[in-house]
Amino acid sequence: MIEGLQRLGRATLFWFNRLGRATLFLLRLLGALAALGRRPGLIAKQLYSVGVLSLPIIAMSGLFVGMVLGLQGYANLVDFGATSSLGTVVALSLVRELGPVLAALLYAARAGSALTAEIGLMKATEQLAAMQMMAVDPFARVFAPRFVAGVIAMPLLAGIFTAIGILGGYFVAVQQLGVDSGAFWSQMQAAVRLVDDVINGVVVKSVVFGWVANWIAVFEGYDAIPTSEGISLATTRTVVNTALVVLALDFVLTAIFFGA
Amino acid sequence: MSATVPASPHDPPDESPLVIARGLTFHRGDRAIFQNVDLDIRRGGITAIMGPSGAGKTTLLRLIGGQLRPDAGRIEVDGACVHELGRRELYQLRKRMSMLFQSGALFTDLSVFDNVAFPLREHTRLPENLIRTLVLMKLEAVGLRGARDLMTSELSGGMARRAALARAIALDPMMIMYDEPFSGQDPITMGVLIKLIRTLNDALGLTSIIVSHDVKETASIADYIYLISDGLVVDHGPPDALERSSSAWVEQFLHALPDGPMSFHYPALPYAQDLSLE
Repeated sequence: MIEGLQRLGRATLFWFNRLGRATLFLLRLLGALAALGRRPGLIAKQLYSVGVLSLPIIAMSGLFVGMVLGLQGYANLVDFGATSSLGTVVALSLVRELGPVLAALLYAARAGSALTAEIGLMKATEQLAAMQMMAVDPFARVFAPRFVAGVIAMPLLAGIFTAIGILGGYFVAVQQLGVDSGAFWSQMQAAVRLVDDVINGVVVKSVVFGWVANWIAVFEGYDAIPTSEGISLATTRTVVNTALVVLALDFVLTAIFFGA
Repeated sequence: MSATVPASPHDPPDESPLVIARGLTFHRGDRAIFQNVDLDIRRGGITAIMGPSGAGKTTLLRLIGGQLRPDAGRIEVDGACVHELGRRELYQLRKRMSMLFQSGALFTDLSVFDNVAFPLREHTRLPENLIRTLVLMKLEAVGLRGARDLMTSELSGGMARRAALARAIALDPMMIMYDEPFSGQDPITMGVLIKLIRTLNDALGLTSIIVSHDVKETASIADYIYLISDGLVVDHGPPDALERSSSAWVEQFLHALPDGPMSFHYPALPYAQDLSLE
């Protein structure tokens, strides 16, 4: 019993300690943002790395998720003769939930893990220490550009995921299952609202998810034990923690934006 | 308004040590790495810090570079107390000192040319054609001008050290700290590095600190040697004076003797007791 409490206490202290260090890290990161204004090229390079190179997995996943939504929606709506609402079902599912959430999870797996491994390896091979000894602040030169690029890329990737998902749903519903094209688009247009659904759903959610996912990814790399096992653990933690935090935050944001 | 007057060639040379450590104490956990250590690094010379593995040689370089803070005592570099400087002042000081890491620590996403150009691009606003000229001069000094377009993964260990050395001298620092520059190198590469370190030190008027346990090679170019072990300076002096030292520890270390004050065995229970024979 006492031993169990001790373990719980140690684990609690460990997590609060990490949260404190992660918060201090974020504050230093934000302090380094001002210097980035003079170096837009650093952000552009990272945008390519975390954004453009994530496009194939985002586009393919969006397409398949949209196609599945089209199939599932049709199978359920056809019993009620409501297949004309399929466009609304596909669009609202993607815009409000699946687009930002799945894009964030895929981003964590593709780009977040790569960020952690890259920074962890830079630490293990003394590249960060060398940078410091050259009087170059790694927060301004390495961490901040990656963080900002990730926060910019996330809503763009979520938007692309959502748009391609809707096209996937259209392909299955209209081209394969014979749903009326006009009904598909007009019902969608009537039901999906710009601010309430698109802005709150895709934009705000994915900016929040992007902030959290990149904060976790960059911090885990910075905080990694500089060994092969330490970097492996840090990379795993990035994916697992990002997934958990994104799903928990999704519930909170959904309750705020779409709750009764 | 004050103005800094540049040193005249007729001024007497500054004889004060470039690096001064007084009462330096540093712990890792409960283990004392340095206990009340004093040392001076003379300007313009090559000073070697030698000692067995784990003696804290690399830690000393990190303390001098301000990457670690001592638990007690002070370290001054060119008159500035390193651990009392704010980040901005520390970075200003670091622009005048370089460190050659044991691994080379080259940036793996950059070519050899871009690695050497990195500090110039970060700290100067020189036009790209002038940066190119400077980088080629630095690479020529280490014999790698022809390897400028290679990526770091294409370099051998010795070439990586030399590329890192070119990067270290890019900003014409006043001091270079070398962390185990000879470890893992073949005899030819080692000879090249020894010659380079001495030549660059004298030609550029640098102050060099070499941390190493390669006794023969380091002693061949060092002007002064500090021997450290168990958190203390065991002995110090010019290489030939240390050769004549009567200290059993110094004799064991400099001549790589298996028996002496330094035990071969890590502290353990008596052998027979460990084998349950008693």
